[in-house]
Amino acid sequence: MDTIDCDIHPSVPSFQALLPYLPGHWGDVVVTRGMDELNSISYPPNSPLTARPDWRPSKGKPAASVEQVRAECLEPFGIGTGILNCLYGVQLLFSEDMAVAYARAVNDWVACEWLDKDDRLRASIVIPVQSVELAVEEIDRCAADKRFVQVLMLAGADMPLGKRHYWPIYAAAARHGLTVGIHAGSNYHNPSTAVGWPSYYTEDYVAQAQAFQTQLTSLICEGVFTRHPTLKIVMLESGWTWLPAHLWRLTKYWRGLRSEIPWVDRSPVEIVRTNIRFSLTPTDAPPRAEGLQRILDHLQSDEILLFSTDYPHNQFEGDDPWPAGISPELRRKIAVDNPRATYARLMETVA
Amino acid sequence: MTRHVVARTSEIPPGERKRFTIKGRPIAVFNLDNAFYGMLDRCPHQGGSLCAGVTTGLVISKEPGQYDYVRKGEFIRCPWHGWEFDIRTGQSYCDPERIRSKSYSVMAESGASVVAGPYVAETIPVAVEEDYIVVDV
Amino acid sequence: MNVDVRPQRATPVASKLAIADCDIHPAQRTPHDLDPWLPQQWRDHAAQYGAIRRLGMHRGPAYPKSQPDASRRDAYPPEGGRQGSSPSFMAKQHLDGNNVVLGILNPLASGEGVSNPDYSAALCRAVNHWQEEVWLAADSRLYGSIVVPYEHADVAAAEIDYWAGRGRFVQVMILSRTAEPLGNRRYWKMFAAAAAANLPVAVHAFGYGGSPITSSGWPSYYIEEMTGHAQSCQAGLSSMIVEGIFERFPALRVVMVEAGFAWAPSLAWRLDKVWKTLRAETLHLKQSPSDYMRNHVWWTTQPMEEPEPREHLLDTIEWMGWDRLLFATDYPHWDFDDPSQALPLRITEAQRRQFFLENACKLYGVDVP
Repeated sequence: MDTIDCDIHPSVPSFQALLPYLPGHWGDVVVTRGMDELNSISYPPNSPLTARPDWRPSKGKPAASVEQVRAECLEPFGIGTGILNCLYGVQLLFSEDMAVAYARAVNDWVACEWLDKDDRLRASIVIPVQSVELAVEEIDRCAADKRFVQVLMLAGADMPLGKRHYWPIYAAAARHGLTVGIHAGSNYHNPSTAVGWPSYYTEDYVAQAQAFQTQLTSLICEGVFTRHPTLKIVMLESGWTWLPAHLWRLTKYWRGLRSEIPWVDRSPVEIVRTNIRFSLTPTDAPPRAEGLQRILDHLQSDEILLFSTDYPHNQFEGDDPWPAGISPELRRKIAVDNPRATYARLMETVA
Repeated sequence: MTRHVVARTSEIPPGERKRFTIKGRPIAVFNLDNAFYGMLDRCPHQGGSLCAGVTTGLVISKEPGQYDYVRKGEFIRCPWHGWEFDIRTGQSYCDPERIRSKSYSVMAESGASVVAGPYVAETIPVAVEEDYIVVDV
Repeated sequence: MNVDVRPQRATPVASKLAIADCDIHPAQRTPHDLDPWLPQQWRDHAAQYGAIRRLGMHRGPAYPKSQPDASRRDAYPPEGGRQGSSPSFMAKQHLDGNNVVLGILNPLASGEGVSNPDYSAALCRAVNHWQEEVWLAADSRLYGSIVVPYEHADVAAAEIDYWAGRGRFVQVMILSRTAEPLGNRRYWKMFAAAAAANLPVAVHAFGYGGSPITSSGWPSYYIEEMTGHAQSCQAGLSSMIVEGIFERFPALRVVMVEAGFAWAPSLAWRLDKVWKTLRAETLHLKQSPSDYMRNHVWWTTQPMEEPEPREHLLDTIEWMGWDRLLFATDYPHWDFDDPSQALPLRITEAQRRQFFLENACKLYGVDVP
């Protein structure tokens, strides 16, 4: 039972659950201003993708309690360690100070209501990315708790994530031995595709893959890994079968355009191999298992994938989260070795 | 290999280059500070004429935002995709030899041996005898 | 002596395979080239205001290109002028040099994306005349693409109707970076006109829609802009499929131009997976996204992706179908794919002919000698 699930989504049952953790006047603000839940259109609450039907309780939200997560995820899938990525839409707000209050509340709530209740659970630090300075403060605050193993960001942000504007966040993560997890979703401060706002949720969710592609380009080209050679960045719920084709394109351009970004002194393929990881689910798989084996061959590394269920999102049916075409040896790497190698802080607290 | 006198040294001033066709092969000869270097005038990437490119120095950096400009004039950039080649050695600056994979292989034409290694522009030995540039092809 | 990674052959011109080039960029020598077809009002406007688009710089890109005019340095015509501005030099250096028997023109500096709607329309009309009278008249190997003010679908449809069936215009060409995703209803009248005229619509990378090249704002570097066209085109294609334009216009054919192609299979797999899960949202779709892609979409090959080992690209092409790809060089741009070097793989003769010529002949309905 040493499988590590790198992408579990605890639901905030309602803002009432956060009230004990919202200090000062912020609890009042929620009520007096009639604030709604911070639900992102990345996951409309009742959409078929947001939760599998068998994981929707008759009352309340999916994945809203430790009991639900134990019974529906940790136990059935043999998870020894689960990393919680809370997607409550703190990033969508515009006020920096309000974002700080909510981020702190979510992190404190996760620590008390989840991490304290099950030794198998770990978590990502939700940050008020609206202010890089305040985000760093929150990272420093939460890093003291070793059960926080990662800084959480979203794939859609105010600017490409490699830009120097965000570097204090990466420095803080590196300082504390935290990974940076970039998760599907957006703050929707920019149109959610490179050609404007889509009409359908279907398009929006598909477009997450392109968001990750451009973030990968940005992180590499801006030299984040030149500055922080040991920093690990994990692409969460990003899909990954697009990765080889993207690297072929980026690397072809890099060979000729290298002098524009001379601090990128290794091929993008190498940088991904040493610094970037991808959670397994969803696997946007070819129709046949042999096709997936070809893609795995194109990846040219068995260290890139990290097991995840993406619970409670609806990405697979039944009891088997594994796509067809992954050998037992590779499953072991994906489920255990790769996550252990990626999450340094995990190994300090896992038996 | 035979030796060909291709030009007088005065025909290629310092910093300049010239293209010759010898035995059907296009050869670029460069003058770097009055030393002459030859190269097959076909970029190993897709065959662009290196002679039609610009000579530059090399921009290197250890730190994002820093641009160190060294070895001015010692590199030729392919006029197509911009690959940079050390004029003296033909070595490309982007070295795919560093890309190692478990199954690294190169497509070979039938009859030819499989080759592996860095992208390098084929250099051609050039000598100066009295006032003449002599190329070994 | 050092050795090349890939043995190269210097192929004598006469024995070079006859090819189609489905992305050639003719350029104007001067802005006045269009004067014969531009009403005085617009000649005056050009002189005073120029072509203003949703771009900050009046001239030149804010991501400076890697070569002047984004073109090969060896493509300047001997008589002077910009790369790609001389029909005779293009014929000599490229059409003759690479044995191009079918060349599709995609003019980029046209009225497309110009903010002033009437000026946009006037420029497009002028550029279409310029294609016909300067280029198509000069060389029978060349075929034209109707440029249209696509942000104004009514006018775009009228422009298509004007040129359809006329001379050697074989497709409509628009730019990929549109004001809204291309499947949006505001563009439907244009697609309807193209489908009714039995003309494919080529969606060429670049454009002036005003959105950043990423869904997370503007990146810093030119290399990011170039790489980003693949993501931008994926978004446009997803939109076309999910909004149902292939269901609504079953005769419509689309060509994705100059954004590479290796991204297509994983996009198809992702679209299918998400479409299945969210089926109820898109009941107007009667086929899977990958089926629409398979039946309605082609890709030009440039800039061709370069995996190592190269053979991995064969998997990609198998997944897409050998019939989906249209060879292109992007002459005279710097990221030109040389036809003799671009596909150094062991493939069958039939595959080589399809890839380099027959798919294009079939799509565009052109017989070549």
